[in-house]
Amino acid sequence: MAALCEGFTLCGLGPSGGVGPGAGVLALEPGPDSDHVLLTDRGRTATLFKVSDQKPLGCWSVKHGQIITCPVVCNFETHEYIAVHDDKVLRIWKDEDVNLDKVFKATLSADVYRIHSLPHGEPLVLFKGGGVRTLDVLLEAPQQEIENFISDEVIKWSEAFLEDQEPILIFATEKDEDYFIYVQKFKLNILHKYKLEQQELSNPLSFTAYIKNQIITLLCLYSNDCIYKILIPLQRHSEEEEQILSKSLLLKLSVSGSVLKGTSFAILDKDHVAVLGSLTAFGEESKECLTIWNTKFQTLQTSKELPLGTSGQLWCYGEKFFFTHGKVLTVIIYKCESSSLAAAVGKLKDSQTSDVSSFINWNTLSDEELVVSLQSQQSVALKSESKMTLRSRRNSVAKVQPDTLTVGQLLLDIKDSSSAAIEDELKLLLSKEQMPDFQATIGCVITALINRCKTDPMFYPRNFLVQLIQKREFSYSLCPDLMAVALEKKDMHLLQICLQRFPDIPEEITYACLKVFLSISDDCLERTDVNLDSVICYIDIESNNKEVKTEIVENGFNTELEEDSCDTTFTKETHLKNDGECCPVGPQKAALLNAVLHSAYSETFLLPHLKDLPAQQAVLFLRYLHYLYVKSSEKITTTLPGVLSPTINQIMDWMCLLLDAHFTVMVMLPEAKGLLSSLHKFVRAQVRFYSELNKIEGSLRELQRLKRQKDSQTYSIEVLELI
Amino acid sequence: RLALARTDGAVEVYNFAANYFQEKAIPGHEARSVEALCWAAGDRLFGAGLGGDVCEYDLERLRVKRSADGFGGPIWSMAASSSGTQLAIGCEDGSVKLFRVVPDGVQFERSLDRQQGRILCLSWHPSETHIAAGSIDLLRVFDVSSGRTVQRIMVNYHVQKPKKRECVVWSVAFLSSGTVVSSDSFGRVQFWDWETGTLLESHTVSASAALALAVSEKEDSIVVGTSAGATYQFQLLPVKMGSQEKRWVRTKPFQHHTHDVRAVAHSPTALISGGLDAQLVIRPLMEKMQKKGYEAALRKFTFPHRRLVSCARKARLLLFQFSQHLELWRLGSTNESGKDGEVLPVCRMPEHLVQLKSKGPEHIYCSCVSPCGSWIAYSTASRFHLYRVQHEGDGVSIKKVTDVPKLLLPAYQLQCSADSGRLFVASDRGSVHVLQLLEPGGCKHLHTLRPPSGTPEAVYLLASSADGNWLAAASGDWEIHVYSLKRFKHHCTVPTYSCAVTALAIHPVTNNLVIAYSDQQLFEFSIPEKQYTAWSRTVQNCGLHRAWLERDSPITHIAFNPKKPSHILLHDVYMFCVLDKSLPLPDDSASLMNQSALKQLPETARKRQLHAFKICKKFQPLLFADLLDENCLVMVERPIMDIKTQLPPPIQQKKFGT
Repeated sequence: MAALCEGFTLCGLGPSGGVGPGAGVLALEPGPDSDHVLLTDRGRTATLFKVSDQKPLGCWSVKHGQIITCPVVCNFETHEYIAVHDDKVLRIWKDEDVNLDKVFKATLSADVYRIHSLPHGEPLVLFKGGGVRTLDVLLEAPQQEIENFISDEVIKWSEAFLEDQEPILIFATEKDEDYFIYVQKFKLNILHKYKLEQQELSNPLSFTAYIKNQIITLLCLYSNDCIYKILIPLQRHSEEEEQILSKSLLLKLSVSGSVLKGTSFAILDKDHVAVLGSLTAFGEESKECLTIWNTKFQTLQTSKELPLGTSGQLWCYGEKFFFTHGKVLTVIIYKCESSSLAAAVGKLKDSQTSDVSSFINWNTLSDEELVVSLQSQQSVALKSESKMTLRSRRNSVAKVQPDTLTVGQLLLDIKDSSSAAIEDELKLLLSKEQMPDFQATIGCVITALINRCKTDPMFYPRNFLVQLIQKREFSYSLCPDLMAVALEKKDMHLLQICLQRFPDIPEEITYACLKVFLSISDDCLERTDVNLDSVICYIDIESNNKEVKTEIVENGFNTELEEDSCDTTFTKETHLKNDGECCPVGPQKAALLNAVLHSAYSETFLLPHLKDLPAQQAVLFLRYLHYLYVKSSEKITTTLPGVLSPTINQIMDWMCLLLDAHFTVMVMLPEAKGLLSSLHKFVRAQVRFYSELNKIEGSLRELQRLKRQKDSQTYSIEVLELI
Repeated sequence: RLALARTDGAVEVYNFAANYFQEKAIPGHEARSVEALCWAAGDRLFGAGLGGDVCEYDLERLRVKRSADGFGGPIWSMAASSSGTQLAIGCEDGSVKLFRVVPDGVQFERSLDRQQGRILCLSWHPSETHIAAGSIDLLRVFDVSSGRTVQRIMVNYHVQKPKKRECVVWSVAFLSSGTVVSSDSFGRVQFWDWETGTLLESHTVSASAALALAVSEKEDSIVVGTSAGATYQFQLLPVKMGSQEKRWVRTKPFQHHTHDVRAVAHSPTALISGGLDAQLVIRPLMEKMQKKGYEAALRKFTFPHRRLVSCARKARLLLFQFSQHLELWRLGSTNESGKDGEVLPVCRMPEHLVQLKSKGPEHIYCSCVSPCGSWIAYSTASRFHLYRVQHEGDGVSIKKVTDVPKLLLPAYQLQCSADSGRLFVASDRGSVHVLQLLEPGGCKHLHTLRPPSGTPEAVYLLASSADGNWLAAASGDWEIHVYSLKRFKHHCTVPTYSCAVTALAIHPVTNNLVIAYSDQQLFEFSIPEKQYTAWSRTVQNCGLHRAWLERDSPITHIAFNPKKPSHILLHDVYMFCVLDKSLPLPDDSASLMNQSALKQLPETARKRQLHAFKICKKFQPLLFADLLDENCLVMVERPIMDIKTQLPPPIQQKKFGT
């Protein structure tokens, strides 16, 4: 897609510049650097600009009474500037020259039409009579005779190319409504003349050309608002005089009833042209526009209105348009990416649109506002329809309508429709992900859904919510009531996803989740579909129950006894087995608790809530944490396997937090005693182990140091290989 | 430029513009200790010391130009007035004497009021009307025009009687505001108002003595060096943001030395300190740095930027140059081979063959051993010595060559030709003497080569070609002249480069002159074609690797492997490098030190990763490296620990846990 960026002013123009044909500047030519342009006005002055800095670098004028008749060009080889004033007087100067009167001067024998400078070649001088010379040939004998091919034809346009190191000059002439094209191959000194096929009731306004594969493609803008393509082969076989060139329609400059009256145009790439002209719609005042068209699909890609008017001239160098707009010379940077299927289906991330979509339009955030604005739009659309005004306008509104209307409608529907109907609409909505402000819209939709849920206890679009949260990057603040509702509905799966996904859950809600998870029975959970990814790798789901049973058999206790008799005579081994080796909670509950462990929190805010946790639940949680701690300490890396499994730091932090919150209770509670003592023993063992490791590390380092000292002998012969 | 003096009387000049290259070095002298150095009257360098003389150094010919007696016993301090026309010296007998700087040295002008106690430090007021002088327990301010003491400040007046110890004022600075800054043996930096003699501020920076201080040119920053090896910066800062009232605040402590910081200097952008641990440290002030670059890094200089070891390749001997003696060693050998990293058993131990003591108080300027190992030459400031070494089996006998030609001395560099038949002596005014070494023990002056345009600077680097046809000489003005030895004629001049030459060598096969500059650039100049080689141009076009350019120390020696003409062997203090011209140059994205990475790669994958710089950092600090034969290199390391053991013990500092 092509796009126009915001424009900026390069410079103001004098009285000669301005609006309308015949005004403006003489020409704009590329300067010595890619960022430089040379501006020649219709008077006496030429200025060199650095475009990115919007700053003139140099300015040269001819004497009063003289007038520059041929645009100043830069000789890229020598970094000299060449100009012709008063048709015949050639001037050549350098950057450091100030006064044009004192620079090199050559008076020629014929009038010059234009000078063409090529990046790697000698500049070409085209005379009004059709003669062409390279600059060096001309300078050898300035007064040499210049032949005249075109006695009474007038040159309208000329362009030079370099094909295979060979300069080629093409120019168009006009005589009595007949147009001729000349192609001058310089090396071979061949001049071909072609006649342009006539077009009823219209004549060419502007030309442009490019050369590819030995074929010149000439594009020609006609006054009937069409661009025609004319192919001219470089190798001409038939030597007949005056071949007639046929043309083919490339582009019709009209879109939905309005017609673009082009005045000048430029080729951007093989599929895109830019046209400057006035867009005239039926029954409306014409507006000047800069437009980019796709010739492949015959579509208008983008346009920019120029309310202050232009001189009808357009130049395009290095991804920048230059044109006069009002009394200034304006530069607009454009982007023109070749259209591709990937872009069309949205697979190719377009830099500009992605930029736009990353900004949330806060105006659309509140659903009421959205509805209001939509309604007003609707009414406008209706009004416009009734009045039968602009067709294009209606079109655009019509295009907008289906997208936004559904959202607005949906928000209204959510309030009262049946859940099946809403679900259908929601599905439709989800399919349109490329919508602008999708995030914000979804936020509105969820809020509306939650509101409905609160009022209507039967309504709960669970699948939709799960799908939404899993798919997108949401936050708690975007839909604050969602988790509260999920807690109310005891939707464990949704809560798990929320805990895993939301970065900003308040500690209060985290605590509420924790409490619900701990209070709910494992049997209850077995029926819910909780994501077990975080526990599957370390809890043996199948054998969990079995193991407990075998243990009971071995020790001769039953489950209830175990639970109750923690305070009494309990051997250390069974303790360890109980608390350390088998998971005190079911895998579903473990997965949910892991989600809590994973969520972000701040201690100060969590601690007061955590104090409210019933003692039994606190002990259960601590037991689970203890289990996790022992499990994670089994491996040298002290990490648990699996995705989203809690890290050792998270486990330790929660354990400390829990003990802080419930320390007095824990100390008093008989069933916690065994757990605490085993925890204490385990931690002490760990501390001892690590201190031993530290000692070993110190010794190892010392050993290494000794080894190194041994190496540095006073004299040694060593083998050294340098690759 | 920075001048520094070492305790053995040696004076060195570092050029800041040339990446802090140690551009000049004047060897020491037993009887000449330098206590104070100052630049005066433009670029003239004056020194004074405990010998009691004020001398001027000739920086072109690298020796003492003239000296004048101070007539006040040992001189402890010297200071130049701000205009550089007068020098004040502080003597053992308590007198402060003024000397005028005249075109041919210094002239005694007058003596200020004589007092008790040696004058340990001096400072001129910028207006040249007053001089502050520090002595034991007190500070004095003299009026220059009358010569009278106008203020006497007891620096430990307020210290209680029983605690009173002798307090030495080690350094003073006189600020234009009338404030006198002193640093003393109690570790205090004190600010005094000279007119009232009152203490304005006192900062205790250290438990040990604060030995040196220096003020920045703008007088907004002071650097203090202490005997604990730390330097501190004081800055004149507003009390509050935007407030007019300013106070001196101790801002930054730096601990770069292990021993006493004996001298400090304050450049506009850096704090410079020199210590008893033989190190010069340049610590840039980050707030003054505009951009990250060579100047913005901390620099430590421990080793001289010149070659002190010479190698007799054929005879496998090394000659070590010490300040007053030479040692000749035969290298050990092995008859085994091994893989990379292995240490081979030494079957023949290295042997100390000769120790030559230089007679007289002068230190050695330069020395060399011929490739065949049978000639040793060295030069001091006034004498040139040549010895013939006869190898008889395992033993050696040494005979002095008596009839050496009378040359203009000192010699700044000595170099033997590859066939050991000639000795090149670098001399002053850009000249090089060519001596012919005659069997069985004599020599003859053949010719003196001089640059066609003439230069006042002495030649300090020499390189001769293996075929004996060419000699390249670099002089102090950084010009390199190439002479033809066949015709004893000047051949060409290498285009001048804006940096100091640090090493020179001529390739034995191609006769290309390889030049290393102090900004770490490398050039290769074809002597036969009198132009830079294509490779050199490529290097300049592509630019060297950033890590190479940011290295710390200059290349001090270049050698070649005759069997592998594309290799150039280079070394500086921290690395040894084989530069393979046939391989592509690394770009900035590649790692310059890629040897360890390459070693882990399989043979096949190495090809793509190879680049021209094969760098080995295994041996540090590297004093010398040279190629003996095609698969034998000799490396001379000088461990810093070894140097430190010879130093006096530093002030004991309690470290945590010891």
